[in-house]
Amino acid sequence: MSAPAMGTTKTAHSDVAAKKKRGPGALATAYLVIYNVVMTAGWLVIAVGLVRAYLVRGSYHGLYFSIEKPLKFFQTGALLEILHCAVGIVPSSVVLTGFQVLSRVFLTWAVTHSVREVQSEDSVLLFVSAWTITEIIRYSFYTFSLLNHLPYLIKWARYTFFLVLYPMGVTGELLTIYAALPYVQKTGLYSVTLPNKYNFSFDYYTFLILTMVSYIPLFPQLYFHMMRQRKKVLAHVEEYKTE
Amino acid sequence: MKHYEVEILDAKTKDKLCFLDKVEPNATIGEIKSMFHKSHPQWYAARQSIRLDPKYAGPLLLYLMFYFRVPFIYAPKYDFTTSKHWVVHLACMCHSFHYLKRLLETLFVHRFSHGTMPLRNIFKNCTYYWGFAAWMAYYINHPLYTPPTIYGEQQVRMALIIFLFCQIGNFSIHIALRNLRPPGSKTRKIPYPTKNPFTWIFLLVSCPNYTYELGSWFGFTLMTQCLPVAFFTAVGFIQMTVWAKGKHRSYLKEFRDYPPLRSPILPFVL
Repeated sequence: MSAPAMGTTKTAHSDVAAKKKRGPGALATAYLVIYNVVMTAGWLVIAVGLVRAYLVRGSYHGLYFSIEKPLKFFQTGALLEILHCAVGIVPSSVVLTGFQVLSRVFLTWAVTHSVREVQSEDSVLLFVSAWTITEIIRYSFYTFSLLNHLPYLIKWARYTFFLVLYPMGVTGELLTIYAALPYVQKTGLYSVTLPNKYNFSFDYYTFLILTMVSYIPLFPQLYFHMMRQRKKVLAHVEEYKTE
Repeated sequence: MKHYEVEILDAKTKDKLCFLDKVEPNATIGEIKSMFHKSHPQWYAARQSIRLDPKYAGPLLLYLMFYFRVPFIYAPKYDFTTSKHWVVHLACMCHSFHYLKRLLETLFVHRFSHGTMPLRNIFKNCTYYWGFAAWMAYYINHPLYTPPTIYGEQQVRMALIIFLFCQIGNFSIHIALRNLRPPGSKTRKIPYPTKNPFTWIFLLVSCPNYTYELGSWFGFTLMTQCLPVAFFTAVGFIQMTVWAKGKHRSYLKEFRDYPPLRSPILPFVL
C-alpha cells in the first residue's frame, strides 16, 4: 500500500526493547544517518513548497506543479531502501519494503506523471500531503533511532498519525487512479494489443482497475498491522520514556 | 492451527483405505506415508506412490481447452474452431507430450519424489503451473496468434529438435537417477554417466535434469515465439538454478571425491 509507508515491517529501526541483532557497522550507520537526514530534508522542502504555493496562489488547486520535481526526486530516491534491505544494513524484509516503495513509485510515475490530465485533480494533493507528513516523521524517526536519541514525540507521532494519514493517502491514491481511467482507455496508454510478433497483450486500463481492487484486501491488513504495532510500541512507554 | 483431513483411496478401486485426520499443513508426503504405514504395515513408505495428479494434469487439460477454443475464452465466432497455423498444432502436441511424460514419470519412475514437499506448497505449486499454462495457452491458441516471423519455418524446425532432444535427455536422467538407488534403501551416491549418451552431460553438470528441462522450455519458446512462454522459461530457470545450486552444494559437502569439473546447471557457467 502506498499511503503512509509507515514501515509495515516488524522491526524497522527498532527502538523496542533490547533486540539482539547484528546491526549495521559504523560506516553503514553513518551512511544511513546521512540518507535519512537527506530524505527528511527533502520531504520538508516538499512540505514548505506546498505551503508557499498555497499562500501565493490563495487556493488548494493545482499545487502539484509547484513540488513536482522534488516529489519525483525524493520518492524515487526511496528505491535505495530496497537496496539497504537486500544488502542487510537495514533489518527489514526486501519483499515488503520493495512492495511499498514500488507502489509509491508506481503512483508517482505511472499514474500521476503519465496521465497529465489528473495532475490538476485535488486527489493528488490529498495523497501528496499524506505522504509528505508521513515521510517527514518516518525519516526523522529513523535518524534519531540510529543516533540512539529518539524523542518520544517522534515515536508517538509515527505510530499515531497513520491512523488519519493512511486512510487519507489511500483515498487520494484511489481517486487519482480512478480519475486517470478514462484517459488511459481513450489513448490506450501503456497497452499492447494483438496481433503482434511476440504474441503478447497488456491492457493498462484493466491493470489499473485490478490495482484499485487490490486495495480492498491489502489496505485493512496493513492498517491493522500498524495498529497492532502501535499497541506494542506505545505500551512500553509507560515503563520507560526515551528522551 | 488449521488441520487437514487426508483420505487415502485405492488407486484402482477407489475404495477408502484409510482416513487421516489432524494432518498438519506443513506435513510432508513422507510423514503422511508413515502415518498410513502405521495402519497398513505391509506398505512401507517407498511402495506408496501418492497420486499427485492435479499438478501436472491441470496444465495438460487447461492447454487443451484453449487449443480446442472452448466457449467463453475467445470471441464466440471462434468457439470450437482450430488454428490455421501448423505450428499451433505442433505446440499443442509438444506441450501435451511434456505433461503426459511428467505424469507417467510421477507414477512409474520417480522414487521418493515429493516425499519432502509440505502440503501447503502443493497448493502454491498448482497455482503456479495452472496459471502459467493458462496464460501461455491463451496466446498460442489465440485467433490472432502470429507464428514465428524471425526465421520462420527454420526456427520452428530447430526449436522442435531442441525440444525433443531435451525431453529424451530429461527422461534419461530421471531413469539414471532412479537406478542409482535400489528400492527401499536410503543410500546416496554420486550420479555418473551411463551407456546412454544423454547421460554423458553428468560429466559437466550436477543437475542435468534441470538443464534439459530448461532446454525443453527454451525450445518451446523459440517454437511459439510467445513472450509469456519466455517469461515462464525465465522464471523456471531462476527457480531451477536455485535448486541446482543447493543440490550441488550438498553433493560437495557429502562427497569428498565429487568431480570438480561439474557446475550446478549450466556447463562451466552456472
